[in-house]
Amino acid sequence: MSGKTLAEKILSDKSGDDVRAGDYVEATVDTMLTHDITGPLSFQTFYEVAGEDASPQNPESILLAIDHHAPADGVQAANNHNILREFGEKHGVAQFEVGDGICHQLVVEEGFVKPGDLVIGADSHSTTFGGLGAFGTGVGSSDLGTAMATGELWFRVPETRRFEVTGELSPGVYAKDLILKFIGDVGFAGATYMAAEYTGSAIESLPIHERIVLSNMAIEMGGKAGLVEPDQRTVAFLEAQTGESVELDPNLYSDDDAEFASVERYIGEEIEPQVSKPSNPENAVSVSEVAGTSIDQLFVGTCTNGRYEDIKIVADILAGETLAQGTRMVVVPASRRVYQKALETGVFQTLIDAGAIIQSAGCGPCAGYHQGVLGDDDVCLATANRNFPGREGSMQSQVYLASPATVGASALYGEITDPRSVESKLNRHDDYILSEVQR
Amino acid sequence: MSDRDPDTAGQAWVFGADIDTDQITPSRFIVSSDPKELATHAFNDLRPEFSANVSPGDFVVAGENFGSGSSREHAPLSLIGAGVSGVVAQSFARIFFRNGINLGLPLLICPDADRIDDGDEISMDVADGVVHNHTKDESYEAEALPPFLQSLVESGGLKEYTKSKLES
Repeated sequence: MSGKTLAEKILSDKSGDDVRAGDYVEATVDTMLTHDITGPLSFQTFYEVAGEDASPQNPESILLAIDHHAPADGVQAANNHNILREFGEKHGVAQFEVGDGICHQLVVEEGFVKPGDLVIGADSHSTTFGGLGAFGTGVGSSDLGTAMATGELWFRVPETRRFEVTGELSPGVYAKDLILKFIGDVGFAGATYMAAEYTGSAIESLPIHERIVLSNMAIEMGGKAGLVEPDQRTVAFLEAQTGESVELDPNLYSDDDAEFASVERYIGEEIEPQVSKPSNPENAVSVSEVAGTSIDQLFVGTCTNGRYEDIKIVADILAGETLAQGTRMVVVPASRRVYQKALETGVFQTLIDAGAIIQSAGCGPCAGYHQGVLGDDDVCLATANRNFPGREGSMQSQVYLASPATVGASALYGEITDPRSVESKLNRHDDYILSEVQR
Repeated sequence: MSDRDPDTAGQAWVFGADIDTDQITPSRFIVSSDPKELATHAFNDLRPEFSANVSPGDFVVAGENFGSGSSREHAPLSLIGAGVSGVVAQSFARIFFRNGINLGLPLLICPDADRIDDGDEISMDVADGVVHNHTKDESYEAEALPPFLQSLVESGGLKEYTKSKLES
């Protein structure tokens, strides 16, 4: 019999069965997260299933974040926040406040995930945790509510679609460019019901905050998970973040003779900066094809590219400069720790001097709720993950997706600009250790 | 959701490919979790006349990758709130598919869904995996659910399935 993929190994381990792609399992969940949009419905399901007086099976496995409508932009949103606070307090589960950050970033920063874990989130970008070698996947509120009651959930074991990148990435090219390229090549539904797996020397040399970008956007090709084999870099990152020792199961990799649905091969040096045109992430093209497109708003943030390293790339480019006339830049850090790090290091001062708007940590305008919604005919260049019709506001607005470097370079000229044109200002950052920053 | 009867014919509301959950239930409306309230905003920007004109017993028909994007269960809930009997699509995004199965909303994957026109009278035979088009007098084969999912649906959705598991 052939070997197993990383996805098959993790789901075998968590279900206690020897399973393969296509099998259905009930597996033990290590961590589950929900937020101010999906939380109230999850709690409703939980009480309905477990009973009004019940407590969650493993309260310590649950993380609640107030990130989508935060700070509250209306009475109903504020009431939803209070529902989360009440549930958190009643059951003694980790509940984070307005301004603490985006659920996915909090899971990583607060030590809720380690390699080989099974993580579910009532948020589609829960694929994020694959960057740390965990099987992270998005589910619905019924799923989350019942998993809180039982500690388990049903899964179909996915096939794996592998993306292998040899060599290394060129200056000005980042993980965001890679993932946009992958999505463009296989399509918006190219990995539906499958796990994406990223491998090869160019992936191995990526710092963790970049691997997370690849995993985060696996959902934009329909993926159930986006996995990177964990290694010593993963261990070092987690140990530094949490201050606790992390043991790496040496079995957490796809066997050489595992069966893959397909293997897409790339050469790192050949990848160019990418931009996804409106109104689907799969509309990815090389930046040169859309260079010169006039931009009204620049948006730096989200669970994809709102980390300190991302914001610093933009600040490096804008240092001593000002935004092009007629443009505005909205910056939303992914967490309070990111916010504080950017304050301490002067990154925010640089951006404010350049004319940017800094907002409290959270999802920002990514899903079109608040904090920078687009009007008719507005054109936005964003470090976000989605650009569906009306996603960030008006159905007539247009959103282009790109890396922080491309957004930074474009801010100088008010039009989409190849970041390699400001090569002397481009940096590639190692992982910053945010645990040193107090929440 | 036992009030749903996909065997009974209803009107088809036809949508295209890659209809994401932002288009089914736009973000600004999902501060509510109430199916009836959500139903009043279903397809609000994409097809503004839907919520006022949809009748209980109607069907939603779509192309490939229906329900892609965000995990919001508000999307299938809004259709349940509108009284939609079921969804026929050429394919579904996986979280929407999960949510539909978990909530007991009948879903069928049907390659011939593109033969159905807006306003056609259709019905679904969920157990056998067949979609009937009464207007055109045609029947289309759909994918039958795998046994595990069939049992989940038969027990009344994930909540009922989990309740009986907790009791046993």
